[in-house]
Amino acid sequence: MPIIAAGEPAPEFSLETYDGGPFTRANLLGRTTVLVFYPFAFSPVCNDQLSLYNEVLPDLHEQGATIYGVSCDAIWSQQAFKDSLGVEIEQLSDFEPKGATCRAFGVLHPRGYAQRALVICGADARVRWSYQAASPGDLPGANLIFDALGS
Amino acid sequence: MIGGSGLGSAPLPPVGPGDHVRGPEDAPLVIVYGDYECPFCAALELRLREVPLRIAFRHFPVRASHPRALPAAHAAEAAARQDAFWPMHDALFADQAHLEDPHLWARAEALGLDVARFEADRRSEAVAARVSADFRGGVRAGVPTTPTLIVEGELHAGRPDAALWGRLSALAGA
Repeated sequence: MPIIAAGEPAPEFSLETYDGGPFTRANLLGRTTVLVFYPFAFSPVCNDQLSLYNEVLPDLHEQGATIYGVSCDAIWSQQAFKDSLGVEIEQLSDFEPKGATCRAFGVLHPRGYAQRALVICGADARVRWSYQAASPGDLPGANLIFDALGS
Repeated sequence: MIGGSGLGSAPLPPVGPGDHVRGPEDAPLVIVYGDYECPFCAALELRLREVPLRIAFRHFPVRASHPRALPAAHAAEAAARQDAFWPMHDALFADQAHLEDPHLWARAEALGLDVARFEADRRSEAVAARVSADFRGGVRAGVPTTPTLIVEGELHAGRPDAALWGRLSALAGA
């Protein structure tokens, strides 16, 4: 299944947050959300990617957007990753059932990890824009997010 | 709509008088986006010295990965205000393990700069704006990481591979 397309409603899903509560489709309602799907905590390109997006957080907030990192890692690994990078971007875990949310968004790699992909949802929980990197090693520039937010 | 927000896509800012450029006058120009705490940038810097190209260096400090990258970039720009950008640039890349404030002052002193003026400039809004302009221009042009090279208008993110080194050597006629 290809990545979810602009205009489609976000699927029902449930991700785990660090504070224990679930993060579901209902959490998308009423605001703009940027979901950053990344393959693995602590893998080199992910470091650069989240660090870059972290650097432009004030600009994202100015655009009214909230950004989250999503991977199939356990929430504890994600949190250690977040602390180790020193980024503020909240993490969401697709650990159990593993990859179910990634599959629902069409970004589950056949080998069981999240593709490197970006999905922006509007306040109506409808997908405004989606992007999948040509390969998991490609790093999407932050400008792509701002183009989508500004369109 | 392109440019719908402050960091939406925009063409790479052309190299102008505000840029830091060195190398043979008639050599092809390559733009490098880097930061002083990035080990791959330091390695790139050393290897680029073997290729006779003209290099424009632009700041791309990302604080989460490299917490001292921003103060180091500010130090280079403060040195630039005493005509010592490249000496400071080289001194920063030469010893990435020492980028704390006292190490920056020691470099300024060793380079014969007015240290009080260096310190005031380093913390000035003008210097911060200069570094931020490099970073934001890079983001808008799609620079995603350090080092990123712009070769003949094409963006190459990350460490140059063998093919890119071959192209750089060919470009330099080396």
